[in-house]
Amino acid sequence: MKHIEKRMNIRIVLNKIAKIVFLLATSFGIVVLGVLLYKVFSDGLSWINTGFLTNKLSTSPEKAGILGPILGTVWLMLVVAPVTMIIGVGTAIYLELYTKKGIIRSLIQTNIANLAGVPSIVYGILGMTVFVRGLQLGNIVLAGGLTMALLILPISIVASQEAIRAVPPHLSEASFGMGATKWQTIRNVILPSALPSILTGAILSLSRAIGETAPLIVIGIPAFLISLPSSIFDKFTVLPVQIYYWTLDSTMVREYANLAAATIIVLLVLLLGLNLTAILIRNKFQKTYQ
Amino acid sequence: MNTVTIERPKDNQGSNVKLLKSVEAKSKTIFEAQNFNLWYGDTHALKNINLTFHEKEVTAIIGPSGCGKSTYLKALNRMVDLIPNVRITGKILYDNKSLYDPSLRAEKLRTQVGMVFQKPNPFPKSIYENIAYGPKIHGIKNKMILDEIVETSLRNAYIWDEVKDRLHESAYRLSGGQQQRLCIARCLAIEPEVILMDEPTSALDPKSTLKVEELIRELKGKYTIAIVTHNMQQAARISDRTAFFLDGEVVEFAETNDIFNRPSDRRTEAYINGLFG
Repeated sequence: MKHIEKRMNIRIVLNKIAKIVFLLATSFGIVVLGVLLYKVFSDGLSWINTGFLTNKLSTSPEKAGILGPILGTVWLMLVVAPVTMIIGVGTAIYLELYTKKGIIRSLIQTNIANLAGVPSIVYGILGMTVFVRGLQLGNIVLAGGLTMALLILPISIVASQEAIRAVPPHLSEASFGMGATKWQTIRNVILPSALPSILTGAILSLSRAIGETAPLIVIGIPAFLISLPSSIFDKFTVLPVQIYYWTLDSTMVREYANLAAATIIVLLVLLLGLNLTAILIRNKFQKTYQ
Repeated sequence: MNTVTIERPKDNQGSNVKLLKSVEAKSKTIFEAQNFNLWYGDTHALKNINLTFHEKEVTAIIGPSGCGKSTYLKALNRMVDLIPNVRITGKILYDNKSLYDPSLRAEKLRTQVGMVFQKPNPFPKSIYENIAYGPKIHGIKNKMILDEIVETSLRNAYIWDEVKDRLHESAYRLSGGQQQRLCIARCLAIEPEVILMDEPTSALDPKSTLKVEELIRELKGKYTIAIVTHNMQQAARISDRTAFFLDGEVVEFAETNDIFNRPSDRRTEAYINGLFG
């Protein structure tokens, strides 16, 4: 009896310790995030005004604005979004609906999963080799966009595959049962049902592309570009790259650190907006099949 | 000599045709399975099936779970094509043409042989769009023709009065029984000859079941219907002929009255008396 009593105390103490350990683990992330946000907002918030959003880059901090990087990000997404959507959804449809289960399919599937884990800088080197030098595009929006598209394709393919798999099979059966061809069934039944989830996945992978820096630095984004990009064939810079260079130069001009912080806030707002859109789409269409 | 030997078989054929015609006059054969076998991978799901379905009759297929009755139904409109690793021997004739002939397109077959599924499966579209789906995929775009098909199909499925004021509402807002009758209407919209029904009332409450049965009785005479059912009373109530499947084989196939009152096989008798299943 005494033995059990003693064991009981130890067990209860262990139980409490476990709870504290997990609480600490959770708070670590929250505290770091809190400190980061506090630092960024206290450094940058007062620098954000209409001039900052609509001016071109400048060496003097008071005149500097981020219209160039904002436009660069928009142009980059105009390349990344359609390329990833078309290739990603196409691949997912082929893998889910056309290939038979077998060695080749599981080989492709494993490769896609592995590609999602490849460091982004490696995609930068690939983009440099293939698009910038191989196709001689130079460091323009198109080359950067294709590189970024490669980077997020694995994520987008897997998300689209899951979306297609989630379409109840009895819906496509109904369509086949009326004499529809496979393509008619895909276009009229499977894709409309899978679209909300496909879009959610696409938006989330786009927000990854918006935040990426390394691949673009590798393909040779200019460190200081005053002119604004006006097509996908122009040189460009994007928000995270601008943050990187301003932080790098903040040892020379202290105010660059504030500019970097202000740009981080703009980037965060943009990303939060995108994620919010994804959540809204998901919630709106979640209960369609009840 | 020659002429005689040639004429004799001709004569024989003639009388054969006559004999066939006299049977046809009563009821034409729509489906005829000849030594039909089907495997899923290594599982021998249908064994040596020989069955004939007659035009404009209701044929019920009964039997315990896993006996192959749904598989057989899906073989009739080649829905089994969609399942990987299916192997087939023997043949099924549809209107005297082999179903699994490569020149016969599954898409064409399925517009003549429609299907109603176990669980009501309307599309997440409006009631109108659900019915118009079939005609649309077959190329009908004219709004007036579509309107007419939608109304006729819904009327023929006896659901028009319940939905005529809300054609553009989502089909998911209908009750389960209404959804299933909508699915039958959707099937009628492609103007099939045959309607295959795979346990169409197993997901419905008794009242909705009765309504679907009434509908099937109304459709009888206009369409050839094959219905798989777990419910033996249902088979007795609505069908003209009944086939009893067990372990992938047809144990007995006869007029429904005979099967339920004078089963010739002991296994059929045991099943319909509820001794197993």
